[in-house]
Amino acid sequence: MTESVKAFIRAVWSLLAGLGVTLGAFFQPPVTSRYPRELINITARFRGHTKLIAEKGNPGKIACTACLICLKNCPSGSIEKVEGEKREGEKRKTATTYILNFTTCSQCGICVEVCPFDALAFSADFNPVGYRREDFYYDLVREFEKREVLS
Amino acid sequence: MKTVVGLVAVLLFVVFNALFLTWLERKVAGRMQRRIGPQEVGPFGLLQPIADALKLLGKEIITPGCVEKSLYWLAPTMIFIPVLISFIVIPFDATLQVRDINAGILVILAFSSLSVLSILIAGWGSNNKYALIGSIRSVAQNVAYEIPLLLSLLPIVMMANSLSLKEIVVAQKGLWFVFYQPVAFLVYFIAGVAETNRTPFDLPEAESELVAGYHTEYSGMRFALFFLAEYTNIFIVSAIAATFFLGGYQGPVLPGIVWFFLKSYFLVFVIIWLRWTYPRVRFDQLLNFSWKVLIPLTFINLLITGGLLKL
Repeated sequence: MTESVKAFIRAVWSLLAGLGVTLGAFFQPPVTSRYPRELINITARFRGHTKLIAEKGNPGKIACTACLICLKNCPSGSIEKVEGEKREGEKRKTATTYILNFTTCSQCGICVEVCPFDALAFSADFNPVGYRREDFYYDLVREFEKREVLS
Repeated sequence: MKTVVGLVAVLLFVVFNALFLTWLERKVAGRMQRRIGPQEVGPFGLLQPIADALKLLGKEIITPGCVEKSLYWLAPTMIFIPVLISFIVIPFDATLQVRDINAGILVILAFSSLSVLSILIAGWGSNNKYALIGSIRSVAQNVAYEIPLLLSLLPIVMMANSLSLKEIVVAQKGLWFVFYQPVAFLVYFIAGVAETNRTPFDLPEAESELVAGYHTEYSGMRFALFFLAEYTNIFIVSAIAATFFLGGYQGPVLPGIVWFFLKSYFLVFVIIWLRWTYPRVRFDQLLNFSWKVLIPLTFINLLITGGLLKL
């Protein structure tokens, strides 16, 4: 008898505890954000498509030397074309074209890891959209130049 | 004349109440899940239900090929009648009542059991297994919970010595009946939630098992009528609880109608709160709970009340 009474009290208590949890949540601020109006911070390790970054201590100059290591290592063959030219007074080539086919890229990061000049990084571009497949063939050199102009 | 004006007012109130409750339900659900809820249409998303109503009004009225046409047509219309009639006897304020019938509570209880019939008709007429199973469940559930609902209101009728809702409110001038009859209040509230087919007793329209239950085949404005009736029923259950147990329109300072709506909408909030807290019960648990727990409990309560009143 006392066992069943105890069980009954426990059951009623659990019901009230449940109500308490939902009411507690009701009075707390929401954890969601209104996406198109508010953006949350994108974490440093977020993997968008790759981007070319500048040489250390020489902002404005692409670090990529068009050595093609990333192109040869890409498991999906997503890096379509990398070209560069040797400029006056410089030891190495500088990339002039870097075509990334983002439709097949899985952001595995091998290209970023193998790059001997640390010329690649992940961008924070989390919502690429387009009407055609060709919209996702990025020329990373053009994008680098665009960023330079903006900054 | 008074009755006609009252009916028009009631119709308007039914529509606005349902619009407000859909908004409230979504907003409360959102907040309880740490979301925001409707926000984009109008201030605080208040115009969202109007947008939804316009969408439902604009939809094509589809009659599926294999349905029992006359029954299929009848059900959504019929579910609306008991809802309207219940409002006639509810006292919103000391003078604000369409008709003070001296058997008011009987009118409400008699007509609210009609809504079960229209649910059964909807399920049968739809000629759809999910709809039929939903309506069968609804009938079993409503028959089971009608009895504790009635029996939990009887002690109040005995104490107030009247079936008229107004006199019951007047009888609570001193202390609300909820303090004399806490058990009856609890049983009434549980049975009322079950009567309106709300979670945790929403087996007739269990989405995960029965698509949408008895209104699976309905769309557009006909579905909206079921929806309207459901939300109005929630308000009626809360309004009767407020009238019978919480002193109806009586309260200090504020005018009576404000008190009435405060009490009613507080109970509506509790019903919504229950929905977003508890999972659905199993069907045998549901029926056992009514026949083995609630009904004996109300009988004992009735017996004790009768005995004490005789002393």
